[in-house]
Amino acid sequence: MDNKLEKIVQVLQGKFNATFEEFRGEAHVFVSAEQIIEALTLLRDEQDFALLSTVTAVDYWPQESPRFHVIYQLTSLTQNLSVQLRVPLNGSQPKVRTATGIFQSANWREREVYDMFGIEFEGHPDPRRILMPEDFKDHPLRKDFPLGYEEPQFTFNFDEIDLRKPYAKE
Amino acid sequence: MGVEQKLANMGVVTTTLETAVNWGRTNAMWPMLFGLACCAIEMMAAQAANFDMSRFGMELMRPSPRQSDLMIVAGRVSKKMGPVLRRLYDQMPEPKWVIAMGDCASCGGVFNNYAIFQGVDEVVPVDVYVAGCPPRPEALIHGVVTLHEKVKAEKFKDLAKA
Repeated sequence: MDNKLEKIVQVLQGKFNATFEEFRGEAHVFVSAEQIIEALTLLRDEQDFALLSTVTAVDYWPQESPRFHVIYQLTSLTQNLSVQLRVPLNGSQPKVRTATGIFQSANWREREVYDMFGIEFEGHPDPRRILMPEDFKDHPLRKDFPLGYEEPQFTFNFDEIDLRKPYAKE
Repeated sequence: MGVEQKLANMGVVTTTLETAVNWGRTNAMWPMLFGLACCAIEMMAAQAANFDMSRFGMELMRPSPRQSDLMIVAGRVSKKMGPVLRRLYDQMPEPKWVIAMGDCASCGGVFNNYAIFQGVDEVVPVDVYVAGCPPRPEALIHGVVTLHEKVKAEKFKDLAKA
């Protein structure tokens, strides 16, 4: 791992009691949900990470608990470095404070994470769904969301499915 | 040797009203100009030089639903696109027909998931389904000709019932 990056990770570890994993030369720093805003601010203001490349999430259900990781990928254009902050969140009412106050670009990405995973971003200025229709109930990228949608219609079950298929009227 | 021949000599042709109307409907069936996915590329190819769908009176794609008779749903219809598609269909003047082009429009195809309608027949009534992923231009033309046959067989008394 890069020397400069190692120093930045050490700063984070000292300040936030963060755990750290290295994966193929990339730094994954685990920060708690309460401290993420502080950590992002510190990286932006003191370590020159001016670009929030992405906000995304992973669902590790059922292998891991807590099941969600919210991921903030930060890039420093001046130092040519990139660091990943991860916030583990429990399955019941996952909540984290919004990063829109620090990085404007977090707005739509947090909406997408909310839409796909149902993770709430407290204080978000526009907490609507971004991809799915507004009347959609579930959060499709959760691992307990059913993979297939409807039973495929073949010759052997054609009539059965034909009966319950919601055909359009004229 | 009957009245037909005599009238034909005078420049008059006799036929039934049904035949005349259905002939008119089939030979200038203007499709609506829109494509949803990769099937649209084949639809364009079907109208271009090699296949030339204008041989069947379908040379003119209309970008306005008000001027079109036929909707070719070329591609998968997402749950968000469904209401838009239905609105376009509702804006088309009667009589109107729908071809579901390709597997996705017919039954969802490979997209068996939460975001895609499992067949556009859940949104608009479909007259002809064209199989293929995507269908060859010949297949689309065959679908159109099949639709023409269907239209030519339409009887006024059936329309009155509906």
